[in-house]
Amino acid sequence: MYPIVRKEKLADQIILMDIKAPRVAKECLPGQFIIAKVDEVGERIPLTICDYDREKETVTIVVQTIGAGTMRMMDLNEGDELADFVGPLGCASELCMEENLEETKKKSIVFIAGGLGTAPVYPQVKWLHEHGVDVDVIMGSRTKDLLFYIDEMKAVAKNVYVTTDDGTYGFHGNGCQQLEALVGEGKHYDTCVAIGPMIMMKFVCVLTKKLEIPTIVSMNPIMVDGTGMCGACRLMVGGEVKFACVDGPEFDGHLVDFDQAMKRQQQYKTEEGRAKLAYEEGDTHHGGCGHCGGDK
Amino acid sequence: MGDVLVRIPVREQEPKVRATNFEEVCYGYNEEEAVEEASRCLNCKNAQCMKGCPVSINIPAFIEQVKNRNFEAAYQIISESSALPAVCGRVCPQESQCEGKCIRGIKGEPVAIGKLERFVADWARENGIKPKKADSLNGKKVAVIGSGPAGLTCAGDLAKLGYDVTIFEALHAAGGVLSYGIPEFRLPKDKVVAAEVENVKSLGVKIETNVVIGKSIKIDELMEEEGFEAVFIGSGAGLPRFMGIPGEQANGVFSANEFLTRNNLMKAFKEGYETPISRGKKVVVVGGGNVAMDAARTALRLGAETHIVYRRGEDELPARKEEVHHAKEEGIIFDLLQNPTEILVDENGWVKGIRIIKMELGEPDASGRRSPVEIPGSEYEIECDTVIMSLGTSPNPLISSTTIGLDINRRKCIIANEETGATSKEGVYAGGDAVTGAATVILAMGAGKAAAKGIHEFLSNK
Repeated sequence: MYPIVRKEKLADQIILMDIKAPRVAKECLPGQFIIAKVDEVGERIPLTICDYDREKETVTIVVQTIGAGTMRMMDLNEGDELADFVGPLGCASELCMEENLEETKKKSIVFIAGGLGTAPVYPQVKWLHEHGVDVDVIMGSRTKDLLFYIDEMKAVAKNVYVTTDDGTYGFHGNGCQQLEALVGEGKHYDTCVAIGPMIMMKFVCVLTKKLEIPTIVSMNPIMVDGTGMCGACRLMVGGEVKFACVDGPEFDGHLVDFDQAMKRQQQYKTEEGRAKLAYEEGDTHHGGCGHCGGDK
Repeated sequence: MGDVLVRIPVREQEPKVRATNFEEVCYGYNEEEAVEEASRCLNCKNAQCMKGCPVSINIPAFIEQVKNRNFEAAYQIISESSALPAVCGRVCPQESQCEGKCIRGIKGEPVAIGKLERFVADWARENGIKPKKADSLNGKKVAVIGSGPAGLTCAGDLAKLGYDVTIFEALHAAGGVLSYGIPEFRLPKDKVVAAEVENVKSLGVKIETNVVIGKSIKIDELMEEEGFEAVFIGSGAGLPRFMGIPGEQANGVFSANEFLTRNNLMKAFKEGYETPISRGKKVVVVGGGNVAMDAARTALRLGAETHIVYRRGEDELPARKEEVHHAKEEGIIFDLLQNPTEILVDENGWVKGIRIIKMELGEPDASGRRSPVEIPGSEYEIECDTVIMSLGTSPNPLISSTTIGLDINRRKCIIANEETGATSKEGVYAGGDAVTGAATVILAMGAGKAAAKGIHEFLSNK
């Protein structure tokens, strides 16, 4: 069992948890992810690693409500335990590898974090900062209430640009528009890392292709085992089939077939919605609507 | 007493009934039936059946004990050689192993060795009989990677010799393919798999789940930092193959691994479990092996009209005869000598059908099987909403790529000595599908057994 040693609400429907997981905390690197499972009946949920403390043997994850599994995870409190917590999975970010450090230091890098993408972006920026590489970060969300980790990010990044789609905080617009504005002002970047919802990463890639900035994205497709066994997370990258869990999660964004990846992500949408409703409504549902057959 | 040439029939769930549930198909023998079947055994001095058993169970001896109603003694004889008798009694291809060599089989039907093994193992479980533990421990630590049939067998044998064994399992539950691959209706998880795992644990074996070797920790670290003096790799062949035809990335196309894992390990079929599964209306399973049969029969139970599309003919089906027979009884439709050329996709990215070409058998290929050849102009389409690819699997490179000095072959399989399991790296042994590519439960167990012997010799002389 894996104890929850800290829980914090970051924003509406978004929480942070420190999980005691010695093996993961010892080995994990920025860019990797874990799979957690609340209990016997829960799903295996892939989550990015937001931070880690090798001494305290903890791993920080950020969870947003998507289905019943994440909702039940968010209902847990400090002192509760997760039944399963496995990792680190996937490959570490190439920018955050000691052996690539000399190359990385020569680069001018901008990160674009969309929504929950702040969680996986943070450890990369932090690692780079600790290794003498300072980068710019654009953090975007729909609205002010969904923003988190701004101060933490400011502590490790050279410049942080915050954007909201509705203009309630920072730059009024999205990450793409902010990047375009920065480049327009004369900023030069030769590497972009975009992490967030697939639709956001797709549009960043459309823009950075035009701006000729090589772009790395982190893909978050449906997964089951996370070790290459099931193939649920397969996606097309440069015309080849790749498994996000073992070949990724980071890929050259200019080669990813986002349209197909987004369709694949919808695969269990109806089933997930049903499970979430069943959990939210609990015993209050009596199947009287005549549409759902009583099982929602 | 009936006709000695004919075996005592085993009771099964009615095909029409079982096609709608996940309860076990075969009920197995009761005491009377088992004793009567055991009495058909000729107790041959030069027992051929034992030569057909990859783990060399003393078959005539255990059957003799069944005949005399000494079921506990029968269990102890089996468990000297096998850590998983309740599993093997259910899923071994006995017809081509022990039973295939039975002298009774020359004139009549061979003794139902598998069903007797199952009876003995089930009886022992129901009566709380455990395998015998080692008398004393030697304090030497051995790591076993993977809790499937190879790993459980190797761990069990080493524990009986007094070793301090820890199994590392990547998934959240032990059992490997016994948990994620073989369905409940062939191999009940709680009743049989979990109980056999408990038996291995009762020998003193520790199991640490949620550890992905190569990611959570590397083999070199296990040996240098955690004090393991030898390592056995029984990580299986986990990577699914796809065909590489157009439309294969569409929604509704699954590997058999994904479909079965969702249903078996994650129990998507059971009320109350959160894992979603695609319950198709019309499902096409591509492939003809045991895994294809498992996937098809699972899809059928989830409510779909299910077809098996296989490029060779009925005689070439790699699945066990019993599985094919059960699948047919339950209503699976076999479209043989046919092969998919394209998966048809609707505007939302979902499968809407599959294009198939008919095949005929040509000359035998290198494997001795007649290779299928396309019949030009014979293409047609089947409407369906789900396609399950069951084309075999290959070993996962996670371990081989992160272990210094571990040699693999062209097929990414770990190279290991057949008799000892020794690999190119000192102290590291391997066996099962990780070495052979996808094979059977019992062959993996045989390899786990051989490696346990190899490890014991290595550590005894160290």
